[in-house]
Amino acid sequence: MPSFEFPKSIRSRPTYGTLAARPGKAHLMVADAEGAEALLRIAAQEPSMMAQCHVMYIPKDTGTKYTEQLSALPFAQLYIGPSYEASVTRLRQVLNDAHMGLQVYLAGTEGLMGQVTQEAMASGLALEAIQTEHCGSVARRMQCVHCKGITEDVMTDPFVCSHCGLNLFVRDHYSRRHAAFQGVCIDAEDPGNVPDQVELYS
Amino acid sequence: MSAGTNKIAVKVTDVVAVNELVKRFRFETMDGSLLPTFSGGAHTVVEMKDGGITRLNPYSLMSDPMDQTAYTVSVRRDDEGRGGSLFMHNSVSVGDEMVISYPVNLFSLDLRARKHLMIAGGIGITPFLAQTKQLTAMNGHFELHYSVRTPSLGSYVQELTDQHPNNVHVYYDDQEQRIDLEHLLEGQPLGTHIYVCGPKGMINWVRGQAEALGWPEEVVHYEEFLAPQSGKPFAVRLAKSGITVEVGEHESLLEAIERAGVDAPYLCRGGACGQCETDVLEHDGELLHRDHWLEDSEHAGGKKIMPCVSRFEGRTLVLDR
Repeated sequence: MPSFEFPKSIRSRPTYGTLAARPGKAHLMVADAEGAEALLRIAAQEPSMMAQCHVMYIPKDTGTKYTEQLSALPFAQLYIGPSYEASVTRLRQVLNDAHMGLQVYLAGTEGLMGQVTQEAMASGLALEAIQTEHCGSVARRMQCVHCKGITEDVMTDPFVCSHCGLNLFVRDHYSRRHAAFQGVCIDAEDPGNVPDQVELYS
Repeated sequence: MSAGTNKIAVKVTDVVAVNELVKRFRFETMDGSLLPTFSGGAHTVVEMKDGGITRLNPYSLMSDPMDQTAYTVSVRRDDEGRGGSLFMHNSVSVGDEMVISYPVNLFSLDLRARKHLMIAGGIGITPFLAQTKQLTAMNGHFELHYSVRTPSLGSYVQELTDQHPNNVHVYYDDQEQRIDLEHLLEGQPLGTHIYVCGPKGMINWVRGQAEALGWPEEVVHYEEFLAPQSGKPFAVRLAKSGITVEVGEHESLLEAIERAGVDAPYLCRGGACGQCETDVLEHDGELLHRDHWLEDSEHAGGKKIMPCVSRFEGRTLVLDR
């Protein structure tokens, strides 16, 4: 899937670039779904770095579309996990054992990149040292500002909070601490007056 | 007025020869009031009335940042310099009244770091003396690698190794001891920040090695005050003020502007902070850029100058000041 160009927004909204190999003796790559395309591209550009690469990949709804290609490459370590939640303990261990000079490359959905960024920063990595490239779905990880519950993979605006059931407006206001965009009740003043749902960026 | 140009009237209450090149000065307020606290890495600008010349030199504060009773600085004598350090060494004694600026910090600790890796060369040790005191009070994690020429020129080596025997590593040039930088940087845990203060060559060496090993530049902090260099005298037209000023051989452009009574912004007076950046409206000649604030493209562009350290050679120079 070609990468999606997000329209210019408020400063709070994360922006993404294009992954490029950087010098370093250890490389950590984490991707989900179509994010595999960015990893395959960078591996083709810099074959020599694969021997120092630890790749963590979560296929999500792409199934086995990319896993065979990734498995065929000589990465030092390749982990294919069923979900982010299932992979996060491994991620924490990798970060805990890492030394300065580690290069971090993230590709795929905003939710994945945001959560790995949150873990990496908690381990002391500078935000600027983390490369990101958006690929695939524009779904968002949303936090309800009222009940604080997280709703994953939100595709429409407004949406219904999966925890408290409020109708939430999808904001570009992003929290690095929660790795989530903020969802605010859209019909607080006039309950029931909810605009029609539209698909994000449609 | 510039930020950081709030002044404090002080008296010199102690002068100690640390070794043959370095003297330490202790300042207390004239009226006995408390000094502001500061953060490790801060400097103060010391005003020196040297005959008809007013010299303003920045010196890193080395005392405990929480000690409000006195500030101390250490000055290395530079026999080849323009005279500020010689004035401090030869003309300042206990009881003298002086004026210093409020502390300004252009080399502060990044307290998000999990570990602070400090690399000092020679008199570059001074900001680390305050930073190690600050970190000790906070139970912070640091490691200091300090390179000096000889044991007798190793300012504060004894104090540092006594207080922090496991965290301070000293290297003597005359014993062929060198910081093994590559291995030092390779083993650092995630979340380490580097701080380097010393000669330009050392700063470039550390920055270059860190970059080659994949460290992000945001975690490599450095401080190098450039002393303004002497040069050929030249004239400068200050367009806003409507005056022309002659810049003397041993005077910086900023000093000449100040001597003419124009209140120009400044902070570090050493080409590092960017505060004195000035637009060049017109020039027929060569701008001699010596700062490390402007980008290379700006140096080549001829539209900006840092008057604290940079000079001019040529026919006409007009500044937007």
